[in-house]
Amino acid sequence: MEILANLINGMSLGSVYAIIALGYTMVYGIAKMLNFAHGDVIMVGAYICFCSVSYLGLPVIAGVLLSIVGCTVLGIVVERLAYKPLRDAPSLNVLITAIGVSYFLQNAALLIMGSDPKSFSSIVSLPALNLFDGRLTISATAVLTILACAVIMVALVMFTTKTKMGKAMRACSEDRDAAQLMGINVNSTISMVFAIGSGLAAIAGVLMCAAYPTLMPTTGSMPGIKAFTAAVLGGIGSIPGAALGGVLLGIIEIFARAYIGTQLADAVVFAVLIVMLLIRPAGLLGKPVNEKV
Amino acid sequence: MGIKILNPQTRSTVITYAIVVAAFIAVTVLDGLGFISNSLSGQLVPICAYVCLAVSLNLVVGVSGELSLGHAGFMSVGAFTGVVVAGMLARAGVESELALFALSAAVGAVAAGVIGFLVGIPVMRLRGDYLAIVTLAFGEIIKNLLNNFYVGVDDAGLHFSMTDSSSLGMTQGTILINGPKGAVGIDKISTFVLGIVLVLITVAVVLNLMHSRDGRAIMAVRDNRIAAESVGINVTKYRLMAFTVASALAGAAGVLYAMNYSTITPSQFDFNQSILILVYVVLGGMGNIWGSIVSAAFLTVLPELLRPINDYRMLLYAVVLILVMVVPHLKVYRRVADALRSRLAHRGPAAATEGGEADE
Repeated sequence: MEILANLINGMSLGSVYAIIALGYTMVYGIAKMLNFAHGDVIMVGAYICFCSVSYLGLPVIAGVLLSIVGCTVLGIVVERLAYKPLRDAPSLNVLITAIGVSYFLQNAALLIMGSDPKSFSSIVSLPALNLFDGRLTISATAVLTILACAVIMVALVMFTTKTKMGKAMRACSEDRDAAQLMGINVNSTISMVFAIGSGLAAIAGVLMCAAYPTLMPTTGSMPGIKAFTAAVLGGIGSIPGAALGGVLLGIIEIFARAYIGTQLADAVVFAVLIVMLLIRPAGLLGKPVNEKV
Repeated sequence: MGIKILNPQTRSTVITYAIVVAAFIAVTVLDGLGFISNSLSGQLVPICAYVCLAVSLNLVVGVSGELSLGHAGFMSVGAFTGVVVAGMLARAGVESELALFALSAAVGAVAAGVIGFLVGIPVMRLRGDYLAIVTLAFGEIIKNLLNNFYVGVDDAGLHFSMTDSSSLGMTQGTILINGPKGAVGIDKISTFVLGIVLVLITVAVVLNLMHSRDGRAIMAVRDNRIAAESVGINVTKYRLMAFTVASALAGAAGVLYAMNYSTITPSQFDFNQSILILVYVVLGGMGNIWGSIVSAAFLTVLPELLRPINDYRMLLYAVVLILVMVVPHLKVYRRVADALRSRLAHRGPAAATEGGEADE
């Protein structure tokens, strides 16, 4: 029973990682940049939801919607102001800019909200599931998180394979110049990817704070790094890969915490990543890139 | 102008050493005249440490062309090894601070170099962003392991444990590293002079390596790996060489940094610390050693200078960072810069394109 409970907790945490990793992987696929500020968008999303529920007294669902809208706008604005001028710049410059944006968001949150942790009262008020005569309790948050991840995953795959916009996104990540020649507006496609990624980050932020209810300006950075690890584990640029990597990483983390020790859990997670990359350098579902001379 | 006689490589070497020596003289003179405030003089050793870290990371990122996001990990290996060595030596009755520091820094550098070599073997099989994420992962693993690391010293020698301090089995003696609490009660023996000496050593090692046959091989691998391989350069060997040397130098810088404080904790050497060092390197210019020195020194002092606007200083720092990266790529800036350059140069279009940025 304990193993099953850990497995479900792991899947729930992994689903959060997966949702964040989807944003990472899509942005990487299309803009070829490591968006280190992505983790901080999660934090912004959680704060928006927190404020609208605790201070404005809005219903939870309105808070969630508001945070999705807020983060989507934030994603588009950041892309326009900070990343768009650097489209043709060396990738390290873009990386440093993303780090700058990350510092900016963290310190802006610090100024506005203060450094004391906010307690995020659970937004999911459904009762927990009791199975096997109460020997296995599954919190409603965990169920909701896993469901949300599955729905988002399916919706994204549908979006990228069936719709025109989604196909344009795939074309841009395949070959940006060729896509432009085929009449695709590359700039608006990239904006769209940032919008979707940031919207997903908002959902991830709310779900994460529902499960781990402390909210600080630095809340987003560690999950951001782990989600990025998950995206690489699954094969960066691949949407199913990000979901698979995220869930796997969550399960590994929870099991490591339970059976190896809380302190060493992160070390185990990163060690798994390293071993994985040495065996399959392109990640689980990534396409190996052949080198051209 | 005498300096024009020198070839560009020698000129940049001369500039690099001149900057360090000039900075040392300027600070000493200003300090003697009482112009250096307390908060600034407290920053002098960290500045030297960050300069060493930036120069050593530049060897990996700029000269060897590999993005490393785990430099703070090697810094912490050096720092904690140095603390243990200093603790042992102090117990053995070594009193000379110079000897304590030199031995700690040397052992710290060797330890960090060995770890860097071991980490480098798997890391150097990967490329680009994958290499970056694995260095990040190793940095986090080192931090995590140090968080669970307990070392004590008594008359019987060193005691290690990975569980807690009571399992060290010591009745007397001192605990040197206490898990997440880090190292406490460090002898603060780092001085500005030692810092400058370490900076000079670091710069000398990196510049000599860059200008040697090995260094040219490292840069050849960076510029075109396949071409370098086809002329018989052992790619893995040279990438590993740069990575290991940089790790060892970071270890020595870590010792300098640690010995400036009475307490250091493993969580200080996290991902953000690595990023901070990377920012120095990129802003100073990749592969440009004196650029790293200037930007590391300036950016370490900057938050200190911004102290009057305390609450907003990190926000401003972030804005400055973004602007420095973005502004040179804005169309307006380029147009103005081009116009200025052609007006100043009067040497036809060739001069204007001379400073164009190279593709990565």
